[in-house]
Amino acid sequence: MAFKQITSPHAHAAQNTAKVMQLVLWSTIPGLLALSWHFGWGALINILLATITAVLSEALIIKLRKRSVRFYLSDYSAVVTAVLLGLALPPLCPWWVVVTGSLFSIVIAKQLFGGLGYNPFNPAMVGYVVLLISFPVQMTTWVTPLALLPEGISHPDIIESFRIVLGVSIPVDGVTGATPLDSFKYALGLTADQIYQQDPLFSRAKFASVGWEWVNLGFLVGGIIMLASRLFTWHGPVAMLATLALLSVIFWDGGSSQSPGSPLMHLLSGASMMGAFFILTDPVSSAVSNRGRLVYGALIGFLVYIIRAWGNYPDAVAFAVLLANFSAPLIDNYTLPRTYGHTDRRRATEKVED
Amino acid sequence: MSDITFSEVSKSGLWTNNPALVQLLGLCPLLAVTGTVVNALGLGLATMMVLVGSNIMVSLIRRHASDAIRLPVFVIIIATFVTCAELLMKAFTYELYQILGIFIPLIVTNCAILGRAEAFASKNNVGMAALDGSMMGLGFLLVLLALGSIRELLGQGTLLVDMHLLFGSIASDWAVRPFGDNYSFLVIILPPGAFLVMGFLIAMKNIIDESLKQRADAQKSAPVKGAKRIRTTGHIS
Repeated sequence: MAFKQITSPHAHAAQNTAKVMQLVLWSTIPGLLALSWHFGWGALINILLATITAVLSEALIIKLRKRSVRFYLSDYSAVVTAVLLGLALPPLCPWWVVVTGSLFSIVIAKQLFGGLGYNPFNPAMVGYVVLLISFPVQMTTWVTPLALLPEGISHPDIIESFRIVLGVSIPVDGVTGATPLDSFKYALGLTADQIYQQDPLFSRAKFASVGWEWVNLGFLVGGIIMLASRLFTWHGPVAMLATLALLSVIFWDGGSSQSPGSPLMHLLSGASMMGAFFILTDPVSSAVSNRGRLVYGALIGFLVYIIRAWGNYPDAVAFAVLLANFSAPLIDNYTLPRTYGHTDRRRATEKVED
Repeated sequence: MSDITFSEVSKSGLWTNNPALVQLLGLCPLLAVTGTVVNALGLGLATMMVLVGSNIMVSLIRRHASDAIRLPVFVIIIATFVTCAELLMKAFTYELYQILGIFIPLIVTNCAILGRAEAFASKNNVGMAALDGSMMGLGFLLVLLALGSIRELLGQGTLLVDMHLLFGSIASDWAVRPFGDNYSFLVIILPPGAFLVMGFLIAMKNIIDESLKQRADAQKSAPVKGAKRIRTTGHIS
């Protein structure tokens, strides 16, 4: 009688890519709800368009590569990429922006490198950066949060939203405006207190900025759900958020006209929480060991802060993540975990001189 | 290498050993200035002129330059022709010269040119060297043109814009705008777009080569008709 030897971990339920991806999708719901509540139907339409494009282009490329379309599509990875891209794009941006972005994400950033597991960069962020560089006007026009819409105007309903996205009609004046990070950055010569008083984006906010704070809290909730389901470890997100918070405390300087903004604003505006929990936790393009992920997350937090504070772009999660993706192999090289049975950290294949 | 033929040299320069698609030489100017067709054509013509001239010169002096000093000599010859090209462009297409800027003097460092001088011109007679220079130059020019037109079309939605810089006022209305006036897709104009389009061009060449090879193989292994003797013993080598 043969005894089958099985090594740990002794998992009780089979985990596979599709289940992980589905859980990620479910975890975006709090953020998506907040986004739709404060900014209208645009986010859902973005996700819909991005998903259709991503799935169709993924199927096409897999067919060209002569692989099993059904097998690769059913791992939901294309859908996750599309949903993350759709959440990151400004609501009510033109349809061709969304379609171009998801085509770049899937075809160039993912499939040309060999598909899921081989992409050195986060596909959604590649798509986002291509769009941000190519179409700056469309990508920096955000919808005004619900609470700040002028008297008697509300967000366009779903039919009207589709018409705006397809370019048939144009949004009413006052429905679009700048993001909080944007208006804080370009309110030149004003102290933080003055900006907070003058700009309703800040003056009518509970914690940081109207609408955005809830979107970020929504993503935080989703992130904690994923953390509790052990989809990833705490190292990456915590390192990123802690670095971002630490740097914004150090350089806050009490809110002079030169101040890059308060810690709360940096944590709860822009893509901070979505980046921390949904983007940099991508297992393919991030560092692999726990120590490596601490370095990787801290690097992203550091880059986000310096680009936000002294760079040309008001938000920087996408650029920071791509730069950190570049350095992930190097980080891995210097943060090799100790091999079981060895006393110091070195490769099993390394030559030992003794 | 005196048995080399006209068609072999042409085919090698234009396709099988294309400096841009196969040797991947001279990528710096190739990627940097192919934002529009006119830039690509300007740089391509200048490079081709230098390549033909330097190949002829190198071939002429091939028996007189000793091995020890041949590389400096080649570089001086190339630099002379580049200076000629630069002065000619300054005289006749000054605006284009200003747009291409540093990339005209940088033709000196284009490895494709030194590579052909060393690998071909210094070992062959003048006629063949001139032919090789023009075919390699033409191959480089065609790739530049393909890149330039694809990037111009996808990046700024125009084709043949500003051609009057090269061809004078007759060309001033050659520009085509198939996607309307407001089209722009900046990433294709920027360096990443150059790498992307170049990658797709190389991939396309490989696909074509592969399918040609498959077709040739299919013709070769046509089934043998008639009776065959089946050999059951011994070693088949």
